[in-house]
Amino acid sequence: MGKPEALPTRTKAQRNGLPKAPTGIKGLDEITLGGLPRGRPTLVCGGPGCGKTLFGLEFLLRGARDFGEPGVFMAFEETQQDLSQNVRSLGFDLDRMIAENRISVDYVHVDRSEIEETGEYDLEGLFLRLGLAIDTVGAKRVVLDTLESLFSGFTNEALLRSELRRLFRWLKEKGVTAVITGERGEGQLTRQGLEEYVSDCVILLDHRVREQVSTRRLRVVKYRGSTHGTNEHPFLIDENGIHVLPLTSLGLDHSVSTERISSGIPRLDSMLGGEGYYRGSSILISGTAGTGKTSIAASFADAGCRRGERCLYFAFEESPQQILRNMRSIGVDLNPWLKRGLLRLHASRPTLHGIEMHLALIHKIVNDFDPQVVVIDPISNLATAGTESEAESMMLRLIDHLKARQVTALFTNLTAGGDAWEHTDIGVSSLIDTWILLRDIELAGERNRGLYVLKSRGMKHSNQIREFLITAEGIRLEDVYAGPEGVLTGSMRAAQEDRERAAALARAQETERKQRDLARRRAALEAQIAALRAEFQEVEDETKILAEENRASEQQLEASRSAAAMRRGADKPALIKGKRK
Amino acid sequence: MSTRKSEGQEEKWELRLYTAGQTPKSLAAVKNLRKVCEEHLAGRYEIEIVDLLKNPRLAKDHQIVAIPTLVRKLPVPIRKIIGDLSDTERALVGLQLKQLR
Repeated sequence: MGKPEALPTRTKAQRNGLPKAPTGIKGLDEITLGGLPRGRPTLVCGGPGCGKTLFGLEFLLRGARDFGEPGVFMAFEETQQDLSQNVRSLGFDLDRMIAENRISVDYVHVDRSEIEETGEYDLEGLFLRLGLAIDTVGAKRVVLDTLESLFSGFTNEALLRSELRRLFRWLKEKGVTAVITGERGEGQLTRQGLEEYVSDCVILLDHRVREQVSTRRLRVVKYRGSTHGTNEHPFLIDENGIHVLPLTSLGLDHSVSTERISSGIPRLDSMLGGEGYYRGSSILISGTAGTGKTSIAASFADAGCRRGERCLYFAFEESPQQILRNMRSIGVDLNPWLKRGLLRLHASRPTLHGIEMHLALIHKIVNDFDPQVVVIDPISNLATAGTESEAESMMLRLIDHLKARQVTALFTNLTAGGDAWEHTDIGVSSLIDTWILLRDIELAGERNRGLYVLKSRGMKHSNQIREFLITAEGIRLEDVYAGPEGVLTGSMRAAQEDRERAAALARAQETERKQRDLARRRAALEAQIAALRAEFQEVEDETKILAEENRASEQQLEASRSAAAMRRGADKPALIKGKRK
Repeated sequence: MSTRKSEGQEEKWELRLYTAGQTPKSLAAVKNLRKVCEEHLAGRYEIEIVDLLKNPRLAKDHQIVAIPTLVRKLPVPIRKIIGDLSDTERALVGLQLKQLR
């Protein structure tokens, strides 16, 4: 971040018309869209130990080193020696910069016990010193840290106030970009009401401790002539100085990729439309304890490294060594990737910082390492470091940030046993593209793991539950038994499958038997039909013979009757014949 | 008024007054200083007037913030008094020419 990103924001600021001086403080220039108002004083206020002096020093030293703007540091609290030591750890050689006339440090010592006030005076000495220092190095930047020390050194407050007013006017006339630090006061921003002199830009630093966990926050209270977010931005101070987490809403205009990447588990890829996750998407693996979330996460990291991508793994539950050992036991060896620098494991206790600090840290490491794949295992633990609403908004911002960077992010989420399955502790489900649920299936004294895809945006995914086996060769997904007996897994599934096989065999045998029976019955039936037909034929033949015999005897009778008539000499045999008809 | 003439009779006083140009405050301070010295330290004091406009580097080197500032270099310890010394009472207390009651 820092320099490369400062450029576009600076041009943006120029479009807005207000010239700005980039601070070089990571994240701050994004929040202020380019830096502090150029040629005007800015008030930085906060309680003790909130990082005011460091803010001023970074603004000044980075200005001199990175932006070619020499500066003057007027210290009321620390000597040049102290300051030099303080910034050495940040990689600045203050003494050399002073020798090169890029920085001038003036330690102003004011001690009321040494001073007796006897009538009228002014602070011309201060002006002379500042003026000389500015002219010596050709300063464009000035830091006064902290002006309020003057109030403890002098009693004539009315005079001090008028002198301060004169000082700010003078600084503006000089055209220097100034940072004035002030102690936080009760009910107002600074103890001495310095904000009434500085009307252009006020930045509030806050260091609060809640439940033994400290969080630093920065807020731009006021920035005249420029748009600015008024959100509180968490920041951290580390070996590289101040790092502000810009919580600007990134909106929903980030570009999307159609590229698909493997989850590292072939069968899971096939469940996800056959190709795996989308690049740049956010994946949530949720499940109760011991359902294999870390195994899925590690497989994904492994797959990423196999593709030659940089992968960042944040572990909030286990130490790196523990993860390496455990994953080796299931056939995922992450060690070579670590050695080749493709994988970075970053483990810390969730209770170490507040959630903002964690996220600022994640943010920073992500920006430094520039990974393609990020794993956070688990996010639910982070939530314990803050309140629920805090955690939620922070997570949203983190996911947003990773999305904007086109980082494929995998989060695991530990759900409590009693909760609904489709429940994330920190309501991030709406931002998640692919949500995989792991659940225990407890049956017959056995506990097995089930996996299903709850949702996966933009792809046709399987809606089936798979049994999820963690073997020494890695993760395997098996079809579960889903039938009239319910969903069965593990040995129950095996037993059920055996039973099913036996039942199928029995059914086959039964069918065969029935078929045989049918054939036999058909044969019997056909025999019967043949017999009946034969019987019928017999009757028919008999009837025919009978009819023949009848006709024959009829003819014979007729013949004998006509013969008798002839014998009697009867007439008209035809009449008799017709009468019979 | 109980000055400590008895103890500091032989002590040599070295005073330095820092000013910034010929402002009314500076002029008043010089006038008031001379008056106090004549009254209390007659014959055993030295006054050096430093105009910081002419030599601004000395402001940093000598840790001067307020103008005018009077520094008592001797006798030790070094004392700093700011203002135009119009408040004579406080000036005397500041120079330890008079005990604070």
